[in-house]
Amino acid sequence: MAVNPALLLLTDSRLPAGGHAHSGGTEQAIATGTVHDLASLAAFLRGRLHTSGHVAAALAAAACALGEESSRTGACAQPWPEALGASRAEALGTSPTRSEALGALWILLDAEADARTASPAQRAASRTQGRLLLRVARRLWPSPTLDDLTAGPDLRCPGALDDLALAVPNPHHPIALGAAAHAAGASPEDAALAAAYHAITGPATAAVRLLGLDPVAVHGLLADLTPDLATTASDATPYSRPWAELPARSAPALDLLAERHAGAKVRLFVS
Amino acid sequence: MGANHDDHHHAPAHHGRALRLGVGGPVGSGKTALVAALCRTLGGSLRLGVVTNDIYTTEDADFLRRAGVLDQERILAVETGCCPHTAIRDDIAANLDAVETLEDRFGPLDLVIVESGGDNLTATFSRGLADRQIFVLDVSGGDKVPRKGGPGVTSADLLVINKIDLAPLVDADLDVMARDAAAVRGDRPVLFTSIRQDPSASAVAAWVSEQALSWPHEPVSAA
Repeated sequence: MAVNPALLLLTDSRLPAGGHAHSGGTEQAIATGTVHDLASLAAFLRGRLHTSGHVAAALAAAACALGEESSRTGACAQPWPEALGASRAEALGTSPTRSEALGALWILLDAEADARTASPAQRAASRTQGRLLLRVARRLWPSPTLDDLTAGPDLRCPGALDDLALAVPNPHHPIALGAAAHAAGASPEDAALAAAYHAITGPATAAVRLLGLDPVAVHGLLADLTPDLATTASDATPYSRPWAELPARSAPALDLLAERHAGAKVRLFVS
Repeated sequence: MGANHDDHHHAPAHHGRALRLGVGGPVGSGKTALVAALCRTLGGSLRLGVVTNDIYTTEDADFLRRAGVLDQERILAVETGCCPHTAIRDDIAANLDAVETLEDRFGPLDLVIVESGGDNLTATFSRGLADRQIFVLDVSGGDKVPRKGGPGVTSADLLVINKIDLAPLVDADLDVMARDAAAVRGDRPVLFTSIRQDPSASAVAAWVSEQALSWPHEPVSAA
């Protein structure tokens, strides 16, 4: 698989989308003593990748696939019932327009992310990061149609990022990441890989800052996890609708850490 | 690309939004006291919002709220993940989000102040976040600091040297500081203050007021 250059941008910690201020529970894990050295950090990262990271990867892949699907559809103003399951179409009326149908699908997928995020603090952190990423991605990869008003009616549809922003202004981070990956020309598996990578790199960096660990040793932990990143990404890509089948691995300790962090008096990271 | 790109959704044109003023400088130089003074002095004539970037807690935001210089809801705190300079320069997303939240909730505003967490001399605001920036030093950091330069000292639109009442106590020579600052700053202004002695920070407030009133947006009187 050739590496998509856009994927490098999306996974780079220098992407200016606010990610640097989130530790994904690492700050509280350190405050409680759970993470205190390289070995405990390694266990934390591995656990994070295979629970919330796995779920995020599947959600990002599903979002990217929905972006692909929306790009393949025809004229924007035309009824578009076939994109929905029969039951969803009924809920919207007999002939939803493209934007109504897509809006309903983005809301539905975002709700799947909500259902898989038990902690209210984690939901808030995910939505904050999703909103900021969406904002950045819409500037980096604007809908081509906005700049090409001479395009035919079929090409004048909003892009996936605009569809998502209209339907869900504060989407969960994996949803925004998947839509951004699609807008950047990446595949669902790329999106899943980006989400899995994101699930461990930010927390690893936070540990370097908070514990003063050797940064090369911490990057060694990330290097050890690269085979797991690959399997997480490939495991995350087979899911299509109905999205209820998406994995729902839980990590109660991460939920508790997130809640504890939200109430902490001293806090360097947002989450 | 072109115009569409620059004006895309969340990057509004300069017209119609508040002037964004960054206030940066080393720890303890008096940034929060200056922001409080500006709110006190300008709150009657300008529609204000404040974003703080505390390093550990919401201490600065709490200080401003306790000082009663502004409605509590108009002060938002942003966490910066151990990297205050990143949040004002390399990744301004969270700060921009806070600024726009204030404008959405209370807008139109005339001035939004973004106070950086205390940092070192290399700290400077991205032009994507701050339209104008003030760098605050204090005399007790040593009178050599302006000579050392750094982006904050050399490129800030206004350099404020605070706590001049302490100068005799710390053997700081204000003339040296003024001369060194002028050497690296050219024509850009430097103001000497003691917010303890002048709680309204009148000279700085006058400069800020002038910047806000000349900012091309809906004038205050139209509100």
